Amino acid sequence: MTTLTLSRALNEGLRKALEDNPRALVMGEDVGKLGGVFRVTDGLQKDFGEARVIDTPLAESGIIGTAIGLALRGYRPICEIQFDGFIFPAFDQIVTQLAKMRYRSLGSVRLPVTIRVPFGGGIGAVEHHSESPEALFAHTPGLRVVSCGDPADAFTMIQQAARSDDPVLFFEPKRRYWDKAEVDIDGGLAAALPMDRSRVLVEGTDVTVLCYGPMVRTCAEAAVAAQNDGRSIEVIDLRTLAPLDTDTIFASVRKTGRCVVVHEAVVTGGIGAEIAAQITQECFYSLEAPVLRAGAYSTPYPPSRLEEYYLPDLDRILDAVDRTFSY
Amino acid sequence: MAVKDAGRAARSASRALAREPERQADSAELIQLLTPEGERVEHPDYPLQISAEEVKALYRDLVIVRRIDFEAIALQRQGELGIWASLLGQEAAQVGSGRALAPRDMAFPTYREHGVAWCRGLDPMKLLELFRGVSHGGWDPTEHNFHLYTIVIGSQTLHATGYAMGIQRDGLVGEDGEAVIAYFGDGATSQGDVNEAFIWASVNNAPIVFFCQNNQWAISEPLERQSRTPLYLRAKGFGFPGVRVDGNDVLACLAVTRKAMQAAREGQGPTLIEAFTYRMGAHTTTDDPTRYRLSAELESWKLKDPIERVKQYLIRTQQAEMSFFDEVEAEAAEVGARVRLACQQMPDPEPTSMFDDVLTSETQQLAAERADFEAYLESFEADEAVAAGEAR
Repeated sequence: MTTLTLSRALNEGLRKALEDNPRALVMGEDVGKLGGVFRVTDGLQKDFGEARVIDTPLAESGIIGTAIGLALRGYRPICEIQFDGFIFPAFDQIVTQLAKMRYRSLGSVRLPVTIRVPFGGGIGAVEHHSESPEALFAHTPGLRVVSCGDPADAFTMIQQAARSDDPVLFFEPKRRYWDKAEVDIDGGLAAALPMDRSRVLVEGTDVTVLCYGPMVRTCAEAAVAAQNDGRSIEVIDLRTLAPLDTDTIFASVRKTGRCVVVHEAVVTGGIGAEIAAQITQECFYSLEAPVLRAGAYSTPYPPSRLEEYYLPDLDRILDAVDRTFSY
Repeated sequence: MAVKDAGRAARSASRALAREPERQADSAELIQLLTPEGERVEHPDYPLQISAEEVKALYRDLVIVRRIDFEAIALQRQGELGIWASLLGQEAAQVGSGRALAPRDMAFPTYREHGVAWCRGLDPMKLLELFRGVSHGGWDPTEHNFHLYTIVIGSQTLHATGYAMGIQRDGLVGEDGEAVIAYFGDGATSQGDVNEAFIWASVNNAPIVFFCQNNQWAISEPLERQSRTPLYLRAKGFGFPGVRVDGNDVLACLAVTRKAMQAAREGQGPTLIEAFTYRMGAHTTTDDPTRYRLSAELESWKLKDPIERVKQYLIRTQQAEMSFFDEVEAEAAEVGARVRLACQQMPDPEPTSMFDDVLTSETQQLAAERADFEAYLESFEADEAVAAGEAR
């Protein structure tokens, strides 16, 4: 076991992916010499060369479009979009081309392209640097959408994404890049939980709290705080947003009868809305209260001096948990 | 008064812009090896040794792809196809460039490259499947090194560039190297993706040829709505050569594309080829060009027909007997009949096939939706069985 930051765990995972498969590539803006603005790709170009760790021109559509072409040629590109809010120039290539090409070709084309996206707020950034656009991609058939919440998952999940023969949107919780934890960097992937499974992080009996990415730590803290109020929260780190691991979700909700979905993204049309609809359909007779959501308000991301009011935090989560007991 | 003057100035500016394309056509050097009258001319940069048999083969391609196009338009009119994007007028640009490719080269088409598809050996029925609504293409791009049709304008130029970067990483640039050709139109040159592809290809020195068929019209918008400068000149700003070729001259298109592809294969990087041509038909079968362009323009381009000039050349130089033209006509008619029949007999896909090939493995959610849909379909069969029983 080694103590690593989440950023470093991703770096080690990418290194393994590049070592494992000579067709794997890393590409994006400033990923080479600089090692990425969050240092996730630090040192990779030095060790794997400029042909495999590619500093691209500054155009996101070009990054994804050329990655598709490289994948058609048999390569396995792992792209970095520098910040969440910069993904939209590439939105067309992702949604119109990357997600649909396998379907369009009746299965003859595989596009093993991973797109890493540092996402979420809480770092006091300027506009377009704190967004959570994951639902837009989860809504799009043909993509796998995942998010890691801690360094151990960061290390294994980025390798699993790189090995996937489907396109993967890989959302990294940027405010957790410097969180540290124990990571088994010599352990293989055989024992690792598959990328498309959710994990029960904290077992509980009274209410299920579903979360992913930057909210995993916050929800775990909320579970500890709730114990003081005599409430037992079951925290599930979703990890996968498309497809959803509904077996794990439904089993927990059938046990607790209550559910709060927590995410930094705006609640309107979000992952929480989809989960609430599915739980209502499949767990209706187990529910003691409607499924509630604790997320960002349905406004554009506000100036950073306001983000602590905008984003869900420990108190907002506990408030939502309390409300599930008032029905 | 000031407002009125401003309006007048704007009108006069727009008139000045409207004159631009004529100036473009006149002033730019157009590489030509066969005049509209069928006279063979030489160009110092593009010497072309070509046998009578090779010219006759090109003629055959031109006639057959025009015939497939003609049949497809008729099939659309009969309700057998949902829509068709005609290549009428662009046969030489497509056959000339398509025949310049080696089997190992890779082509990335738009949705109008039926002539290139023919040259690559793709069954024309695959194209009709797409326009009939039976598939979104559905061919394996590796089978003929011909990628799927791309409908969103310009997107494929980036895929082509990425593919060319893959060739570089495979170490296959050099004497026996491989190269990529990316097809697009004049309208696409306004797209960000095309400009990004130029940049990527340029800074990577990628083995790629950008083949722009400037057919003068992006649906209803003439070239001057896309560019104030001749399109081939844009390459210079990106740092690679650009040439303009007579897009209705199959020999020139062949020679120019061959040279550019060979340069790309050998590691000399990208070339932009602007094939100056004309979309003689509508944008697609749903379009009505009489709303936005004059018939005189069409008539003037008919005099530059890409097929007629090859025929005249073959006759004039006595390289072909009249029986040859009859044979080609008969073969084209046969291909046309085959296409017609196969299209009319083409079955619809199975309803549940719409769930196939979303991801490499089916998700639990999708499997559940598929099962629900199957049960839903079966419920009709059950109802029909009950109704049939009652009737009895």
